Amino acid sequence: MEIKFIEPIRMYESTYILTPDLSEEEINQTIAKFNSYMENAGVKIINQEKWGFKKLAYPIQKKQSGYYVFTEFQAPASFVKKFEQEYRYDVRILRYLTVKLDKFAVAYNERRRNKLNGVIDSSN
Amino acid sequence: MATQKVVGNAPSNASVGPEVRKKYCRFKKFGIKYIDYKDPDFLLRFINDQGKVLPRRITGTSLKYQRRLAVAIKRARHLALLPFVTDGLKDDTTTIL
Repeated sequence: MEIKFIEPIRMYESTYILTPDLSEEEINQTIAKFNSYMENAGVKIINQEKWGFKKLAYPIQKKQSGYYVFTEFQAPASFVKKFEQEYRYDVRILRYLTVKLDKFAVAYNERRRNKLNGVIDSSN
Repeated sequence: MATQKVVGNAPSNASVGPEVRKKYCRFKKFGIKYIDYKDPDFLLRFINDQGKVLPRRITGTSLKYQRRLAVAIKRARHLALLPFVTDGLKDDTTTIL
């Protein structure tokens, strides 16, 4: 009986910063590129927020501001390594951070999402 | 009366100085279970003017949450939401956002 190793599916959240000197169209193109990469790998994107241009607390690669994109998704553990490889290849990404979410984080994000799009949920 | 050595910051009646308010761990008291590294305004309360993490004896945070707090602050710094080092972080109105 061959025991098949089933990959654990976990909740992650990933944030990355794009260089500010991109046109609107290029920004959307980059975001679409990563989203499609996720979808092809069968990853379920829970939530995506574009925080837009923000002033950086310190210059990164001589740039004072960046375009922040935040994504919450569900993926198998092995996916993250490949995904971050993609981040590294892309020259438009100044910085990225992917974090595994524990149950408190998932609950927090749930509440945060509800608060953002105004869903009144009693249990908080 | 034997001179009483003030132990740590335990408020002993012999200690003169300002009324020592009992410090409490903000996370335990308000039942905060997760410290979000994406929210710099909240983290600002736990770093000093130069952007350094405030020690527990000042904030009164419990060890468990101080560690999580430190991790969150370091993640925020990585994402340039918080500066690594700065001066006059809090007094000037031009906040980092």
